[in-house]
Parts: sequence; C-alpha cells; structure tokens
Amino acid sequence: MATNNKLISVEHLVKEYNHGKVVALNDCSLTIGKGEVVALIGPSGSGKSTLLRSLNLLEDPTSGAIYFEGVNLADKSVDINLHRQKMGMVFQHFNLFPHKTVLQNITMAPITLKLKTKGEAEAQAYELLDRIGLKDKAGEYPNMLSGGQKQRIAIVRALAMNPEVMLFDEPTSALDPEMVGEVLDLMRDLAKDGMTMAVVTHEMGFAREVADRVVFMADGAIREENTPAELFDHPRDPRLQDFLSKVL
Amino acid sequence: MWSDLFANMEPTSFFNFSFLPKYLPAFVKGFEYTLLLAVVSVALAVIPALLLAIMRLNKNRLVRGISGAYIAVFRSTPLLVQLSIIYFGLFHYIELPRHLLFGFIAINRFIPGVVALALNSSAYVAEIFRAGILAVDHGQTEAARSLGLSSWQSMRLVVLPQAIKNVLPALANEVVTMVKESSICSALGMAELMYAAQTVSGTTYITLAPFVFVALIYFVINYPASKAIEAVERRMRRGDKQ
Repeated sequence: MATNNKLISVEHLVKEYNHGKVVALNDCSLTIGKGEVVALIGPSGSGKSTLLRSLNLLEDPTSGAIYFEGVNLADKSVDINLHRQKMGMVFQHFNLFPHKTVLQNITMAPITLKLKTKGEAEAQAYELLDRIGLKDKAGEYPNMLSGGQKQRIAIVRALAMNPEVMLFDEPTSALDPEMVGEVLDLMRDLAKDGMTMAVVTHEMGFAREVADRVVFMADGAIREENTPAELFDHPRDPRLQDFLSKVL
Repeated sequence: MWSDLFANMEPTSFFNFSFLPKYLPAFVKGFEYTLLLAVVSVALAVIPALLLAIMRLNKNRLVRGISGAYIAVFRSTPLLVQLSIIYFGLFHYIELPRHLLFGFIAINRFIPGVVALALNSSAYVAEIFRAGILAVDHGQTEAARSLGLSSWQSMRLVVLPQAIKNVLPALANEVVTMVKESSICSALGMAELMYAAQTVSGTTYITLAPFVFVALIYFVINYPASKAIEAVERRMRRGDKQ
C-alpha cells in the first residue's frame, strides 16, 4: 500500500536530555508515506517511543527536522496545535479523561476546537462507537470499562478528529493478554481502510502481518528498516538478529 | 438556678460558667462572626490561589518568581503582622462605611479582616492547588495536547477539573484552619468569638472560664469537621481506584 507520497519525513533528528549527557535519539531519519503502516520495534530504551512522540512534538527535538504535510514542525514559529489535530495519538496507558463520559471524551476536542457542532460531534461519536460495538457505553465513565474497551475508545477519540495519521505508542503493552486481540483487530481494520499509521509495538506477529515496513531501533538509532518479510526472515544487523532471537 | 451551680467557684475557676445566661448571645454573635470570617476569606482566596498556582507552574521564570515571592512573603510572616499592616496601611487610605452588617458586623473592621485573611489564605491554598495540579497524571495533559488543545484549554478542561476534585478536602481543611486563625482578628477589635471571650472576661472579672468556653466551641466545631473531611477523603481515594 506504500506510495511515494510522503506524509511525514524526519530528517537527522537528535534528542538529548540533561544537556547532552543522555542521547535518546541519535541522527534518526525516517519517512512515512500516505497510507503506509510503519512498525517501530526494538529493545526497551532504544528510542522508538521517543521517536514516535517526537512526530507530534510531545518530545521537543534538540535538532533536526520533522516535516508533516510539508511543514517543519520542529520550527518554533509553527502553531503545533493546528498540526496535532491531524495526528491522532494512542498511548500505552489509554489516558482517557476520567471525569468525562465516553461520549464527552470523544466529542470534547472537536467541539472545543470548533471543528464540529455539538450535534455533529455526537452523531460522529455514536457512529464510531457503533463501529467498535460500544455504543451502549456512551454514557459510562472510563473507570467502568475494561482495559481493551478503554483503549478502543482512546483510538476512537483520536479518530474523531479525522486525522491524517495515527501514532500508536505501545497500545497493547498495558493490556491483559485476553484483551490484546480486540485492540489489534481494530488497528488492523484501520490499516485496511488506508489509515497512515506509525506503531511502536512489541507484538511481532502484528508487525509482520499488518505493517508495510518495519523499523528496528537500538541505542537511539535506526539500525535497519525493511519489509516485514525481509526484516524478520533475513535480518542483517547483528543487534536485530540478537533481538529477534530473544523475542521470536 | 444556673448561677447557684457556680456559687462556690473563684473568678479564676476553670469551669466558672456563671456568665452564660447573661452573655450567651454575645458568644453566639461571635461564633457567627468567626464562621463568616473563615468561610468568606477562604472563598475569596480560591480564585487568586488558582491564579498563583498556575503562575507557579508557568514556564516563564518571571511569572513563576512573582507568584513564588507572594507565597513566600505570606507564608513566612505572622498573620497578626500581615493583618496589622493591611489594617493600618492599606485601609488607612480606603474609606469604608461605618455600616453594620446583619446588625452586629462593623463593615469598616470586617472588610480589612477578610481581606487580610484571604490574602494570607491564598498563599496556602495556592500550594494546595499546585500539589493538586501536579498530582494529575501527566498523560492527561499529553492526551489533551495530542488532540490539538492548547495548553490553557488542556489545563481548563482536563487538568483543573481533576485537580480541584482532588483538593476539595484540603480546601475544607483550610476553612477549619481559618476558623482557628481568625481568632487573631480580635486584636483589631473584630467582634468574633475570641473577642467575645475577651469582652466577657473583662466585664465579669471571670478571667479564665470564658476562654475555656470558647475553646470548647472551637473544638466542637473543628474536630467533627476535620473528622468528616477525613472520611470524605478516604471515600474519594477508594473511588479513584480503577
């Protein structure tokens, strides 16, 4: 499904903490095409989450550029809020708003940002909830839901902004094993519908099956990127070979 | 007869409550004055405190510094000193009507008292709010920001509602503190509960017991109140577990 139509282009991204004492990202470059699903894998501490979180500037890069629809988001004069509206993000710990109902969680941003009227936003929210089979939970508060339900609603909350790309930061890592499937199924459906996705994941089966391209990171650098079949079956980088021997 | 009960007591006796039938109304008025001082000053402190707390968490060092300085000054000087400076300083220049509120609260003394208590309280409440804001998981802000909300929208719609709910018990505790602390206003002639005790003590020459009596009143109000707040806090903590 990959095309040459670049949606995101990361160029020489560096992220340092503590005035350069810790280097989280060391000269990372990456492109994501429109409609492409890119999986980021690697050992913990490899920088894959930092790279993903840099894409919508939840992490402020030390240097380098992040082009999204042709605009360099790392440029301080850019109104990042406008661009974030088009980049949905899903977190490991769901981060649903506990003081709001499921419906309000989904409609808050579109209404507040005046992208939709309350009626339009609610109609869309019901439609999305219906699609994931949770329409009857619209009036519930998040603490009444299972982990899998929370994460699917968090995905729907991001979708309600009609984003150009969805960023997933270890979306199934905090879930009980029996709930991983329902979340991955939803993500698989999104991929099929042509959504551009960047997914940090430990689910190698999912990466192999759904991703168009897999990126392996270690020590803050991109060590190898390839199609899933090539990367998993013929890993070249020794760190990747070592990593795969442990996780597969 | 009530006074017969205390016939054998000295003016310095601990429980010489013989003044009560005659002076009870003075204590009732004093009690009302005290409650009004405490509730109104904490209520007035909430908005400035919220502002101070948000300033304290601002990225700008100057904004942070202004709020920090205010909090430092009001937390590091005695309330009686603050009260005196505000009463004799600020309200020397502000003419207040000599009007009586509810028939016994002199506006020209009550307002300076409330202002001083509110300014003092806002420094403490600011720290309560700051802790409450910091206690909200950072993931909440990240989720709100990732949807495209501005930092102020995230604060207002996502962080503050959760923070305020968390600090309600601490805010109620601040009222309890103010019920006690406001006794200092008696030094400037505000007719609150402590002032009633001083007046009765001076008028009847029963030196000790009026103070014992007001101590009982303070205790009977504050102890159950703080126990109730503790119970609410425990229930809230249970409700938070997901």
